[in-house]
Amino acid sequence: MTTSINVSRSYVDHAASSPMSASVIAVIAETLAGYGNPSALHGSGRGARRIVEEARESLAACLGAQPGEVVFTSGGTEANNLALLGAADADAPVVISAIEHPSVAEIGRLRDRVAVAGVDANGRLDLDDFARLVDGAAIASVMWVNNETGVIQDVPAIVERTHAGGALAHSDGVQAFGHLPIDFAATGLDLLSLSAHKLGGPVGVGALVVRRGTRLRASGFGGGQEAKLRSGTVPVALVAGFAAAAQAAVDVLAAEAERLEALRARVAALTAVIDGAVDNSAEEHSPAIINLTFPGTRADDVLLLLDAAGIDASTGSACTAGMHQPSEVLLAMGRSRAEAGASLRFSFGATTTSADVDRLVAVLPGAVQTARRAVAT
Amino acid sequence: MRVLAAMSGGVDSAVAAARLVEAGHEVTGVHLALSRNPELFRSGSRGCCSIADANDARRAADVLGIPFYVWDFSERFADDVVADFVSEYAAGRTPNPCLRCNEKIKFAAVLERGVALGFERVATGHYARLDRTDDQVSLYRAAEPAKDQSYVLGVLTAEQLAHCEFPLGEVVSKLELRVEAAERGLLVADKPDSYDICFIPTGDTGGFLDDRLGRRSGDIVDVDGEVLGAHQGYYRYTVGQRHGLHLSVPAADGRPRYVVGLDPVSNTVTVGAKQQLAVRTISAIRPTWTEAAVGGSWRGLVQVRAHAEAVPATFTAVADRLEIELDAPMFGVSPGQAAVHYDGDRVVGAATIAATGT
Repeated sequence: MTTSINVSRSYVDHAASSPMSASVIAVIAETLAGYGNPSALHGSGRGARRIVEEARESLAACLGAQPGEVVFTSGGTEANNLALLGAADADAPVVISAIEHPSVAEIGRLRDRVAVAGVDANGRLDLDDFARLVDGAAIASVMWVNNETGVIQDVPAIVERTHAGGALAHSDGVQAFGHLPIDFAATGLDLLSLSAHKLGGPVGVGALVVRRGTRLRASGFGGGQEAKLRSGTVPVALVAGFAAAAQAAVDVLAAEAERLEALRARVAALTAVIDGAVDNSAEEHSPAIINLTFPGTRADDVLLLLDAAGIDASTGSACTAGMHQPSEVLLAMGRSRAEAGASLRFSFGATTTSADVDRLVAVLPGAVQTARRAVAT
Repeated sequence: MRVLAAMSGGVDSAVAAARLVEAGHEVTGVHLALSRNPELFRSGSRGCCSIADANDARRAADVLGIPFYVWDFSERFADDVVADFVSEYAAGRTPNPCLRCNEKIKFAAVLERGVALGFERVATGHYARLDRTDDQVSLYRAAEPAKDQSYVLGVLTAEQLAHCEFPLGEVVSKLELRVEAAERGLLVADKPDSYDICFIPTGDTGGFLDDRLGRRSGDIVDVDGEVLGAHQGYYRYTVGQRHGLHLSVPAADGRPRYVVGLDPVSNTVTVGAKQQLAVRTISAIRPTWTEAAVGGSWRGLVQVRAHAEAVPATFTAVADRLEIELDAPMFGVSPGQAAVHYDGDRVVGAATIAATGT
C-alpha cells in the first residue's frame, strides 16, 4: 500500500514537513540520474560538483549569504548539533532559550554549563534575562520562528546582546526560511540552521550557514567535506532539490506571506467562535503557523476527530512512545499542563488552499465540542 | 460502523482489527499506555505494556491502513488496577488484575472515551462470543474451550457489552489464528503469547509485593494454632497452595498440607489437610450482570478462577450479595477472585468472592 499526501485530505502540517512541488521533484529526478562523487577529480565528479556548487550559490543568494558560508548537512537537527557542539567552548556557558527545538535543547541538557533564558506569556524572549546570561558565554542559540507557536523573535536585538556578551550568535531558522525574508549578512548572526523539507524541499538535507571567519569545530569525523565541518559525501540530488525549493519559495515570498496570513487569520477568528479558545501566537508570528489552545480537551482527541474528517494536523510537540507530551514551549510560556495538553498547531505552505481552511474552520468547532464531551466522561 | 480496536501489540488484537477492516468497518486502532515508566514494564515478546509493544501495534495498524493512536491510561491503571492489586493482597485476598483492568479500564474508561468520540463499538482480541438480538446482547464462551476468555469478561455489564465486539470468538486454534495473521501480512504472527501480569515484568509477584508492603515474616500455623514454620510475607501465599511451604514439622498423618487461610492482622498463614479446603458455599459481593439482573434462586455453573472448571451450583440473590451453594465441594477457593457464573455457555454475571463456608 502506498501512502502519500492525498488531494482529498486537507494537510495543515507544513511545519512538520511541506510537500515537494512537481518542479522540485523533477529537479531531484534529473539530478539523481547523474553519477559521480562530487569530491572526485574526474569528469563525472566535476559534473556532480558543479550541481552542488550551483545549489550552494543559489541558496546563498536566497539568504543574503556568501556561497562559502553554506555548509550542507543532513537537515536542521544536524545543523543545530553542529552549531552548538562546534562552537561551544568547554569552559564557557551555552545560552539557549526555554523554547528551543529538542536538537538544541537536548544538547543543552548534556552540558553542565547551560543557561536557559525564559520567555514571556507570548513566547517572546526575555531580553534582560538573556543579556545577563549571555555575558561571557561561548554561544547563544535562539530560534527565529518557533516551530510550535510560530512566534518570531527579535533577532537583531538578540544578536546585539549576544555580541555585547562576547558570544557567538546562533539561530535555528528552520521555520523562518521560505516564510520570512532572510538577509543573513544584515542579521549579524554567526550561525543559522536551515532545513529543506520545511519549505517544500526534500527530507534529508539542510544547511548550517557559518559566517566567514567564525571558528567552528567539526562534531563528526571523516573525509573533511564541506570545509572540514561536515564529513560525508554530499547528496547531490538533495542539495539541488533544496536549492530549487528555496528559490521557488523566495520568488513568491511576499505574496505567499500575505496569502497565508489571510488564511491564518480565518483560523485565528475561531477564537471568537469556540468558547475559551486561545491563540498562542497572537503576537509577532509567522504567517504559516498558528497554535490554539482549546481548554477542556485532550489534543489527541481533537486530532483523532480531525483525522477522521480528512484533516492532517498535529500538536507540534514531541512524541514519546506515540503519545504527545504537553508542549515544553507552552509550559515555558506559563501555560498549565492541562492547557499545554489541549493545544494544536496548524501550519500552512504553498499547497494550502482556501478550501483546506474552509474545511478546517467548518470541522474544528464540532470536533472541540465532541472532544470536550470525551474528557467529561 | 465506526469501531475502536484496542491493539496490545499482540497477534490476537491485530487479527481482530484486521477482520473488522475486512468486514468493511471504519476501524481506528488504539494502544493503551498503562505504565508510567514504559521502559520498566516488560518488553518485547512478553508483554502488553512496553514501547516495543506499542510499536508492534502501530506496525499492525499501518499494515491494515488504519489510523492509530496511543492513549495514556497510566494514571488510571496505577490507581484502579495496580493499587487495588496491592491492597487486595495486603488484605489477604487474591485479586485478578486482568479482570479488574477490563472492568475499570478497557471496557470503562476506554470505552467511554471511544463512545464520546463517536465510535459505536470497542473491539478487542478476547476469545469470547457475543450474540446480538434487537434489544439484547448475550456473552458466551469462545468456540474453543481451551482459549476461552469469557471469565475475564464476566464483569461486563449489559451497557458495556452493547458497545463490545469480539471478532475472535469463533477461532478454533491459536495456530489457525497465527496462520491467518501471517496471510494478512501481520508481522506479529509469530509473537509469543503473554502470560504474566503485565506490570510485573520479572514475573516475581512476591518481590513486587515485598517492595510495596514491606516484607514482614510471620508464622505458618496449623488449624489448632501450632507453629509449623515461618513465612516471608502472608501475601506470598494463596488459599489452596501446596508447594513452597517449607514446613519444618511434618504432618502427623503424613499427608500433604495446603494453605487454608491467610490472616493479615495476626500475620499468619494457616495450613491444613485437603479436606479443610473443601468449600460448599460461597458468599460473593458486588454482583454484576451481563444482561438484566436475576432475582430469587436459580441453577447454573460457577467458575472461580481463570482456568478452573465451571461446576454446578444453586444461586440465590440476597440484597447486594450472591449466595452460591455448590453441588459438590470445591477445593482452593480464594477470597478476592471473581465467581463468574454461567447458564451453560452463556455468561450470566460475576461477583467477588468474600467468604467461603463448608
